[in-house]
Amino acid sequence: MTIELYRIDDRLIHGQVVVGWGQPLDIGFIVLVDDTVAASDWEQELYRMGVPPEMDLYFHTTADAIEAIPRYRTDPRRGLLLTGDIDTMRRLVDGAGVVTVNIGGIHSRAGRTQRLRYVFLSPEEETALRALAERGAGVTAQDVPGARPVSLTDLLSRTELT
Amino acid sequence: MSSDAPAAASATTPRAIVAGHGDFAAGLVSAVEQITGRGAQLIPVSVQKLSVEDIEALLRSRMQEANVRVIFTDLQAGSCTMASRRILRGMNDAVLIAGTNLPTLLDFVFADARTPADAARHAAERGRAAITVHGAGA
Repeated sequence: MTIELYRIDDRLIHGQVVVGWGQPLDIGFIVLVDDTVAASDWEQELYRMGVPPEMDLYFHTTADAIEAIPRYRTDPRRGLLLTGDIDTMRRLVDGAGVVTVNIGGIHSRAGRTQRLRYVFLSPEEETALRALAERGAGVTAQDVPGARPVSLTDLLSRTELT
Repeated sequence: MSSDAPAAASATTPRAIVAGHGDFAAGLVSAVEQITGRGAQLIPVSVQKLSVEDIEALLRSRMQEANVRVIFTDLQAGSCTMASRRILRGMNDAVLIAGTNLPTLLDFVFADARTPADAARHAAERGRAAITVHGAGA
């Protein structure tokens, strides 16, 4: 099997990930890449309690993840990789050859403009997403499997909720 | 308010937050109000479009405004549950019930002789026991 989904989602582990994607894709493990979470036992326990017992959850710093991703790609189970922000995913695109990126949730914050119900972006984040695409990564926004994927071009041309 | 304090309850005194995905909270509180007339004990909180940090801030704010120490959420893995667990980390007198269903809340709003925390624990047991399966040889 392989890592089925490389997802940017600022909520990290939550219902859409564990249930919405986890069940239909038969996800056996989640790789959570976040430097802050990787440094905190308490944070790891918090997220671990959010996944069902049949699903493994692994934590990595960004640097560690670049080394570990090739191993996860050969795991016999299906996997899902999460980052909480665009820059962490950019480092995985550069360092670990990630070629498809799912924008699953970047929520409202000062300085961000709403692009979709679940995607709000600052000008710097828009530039960072364009840079991901220029590196060759296929970038789409899609919160749940049943939703239509929105291309990066369409995403960045939107100014209001649709 | 401490969990040991007597419940200063009336049918309309807010005693708990309800939070979850979509319109989960508003829907359940509406159902409680329709069935019992005691929906005012529950404060529904919708968190759509909010970041994790904002969810935590909103729940914390609602708890402080209403002086309640009980949170009901929908899903163990949900963002509201995660945020609530962060809030509970600094509150020894607060309680979180995840996996909330309608029978849980119905029990809670009638258990106003108990402290809110005790009422929440009692309600969780009732909610768990209220799930039944019928038909197809069950």
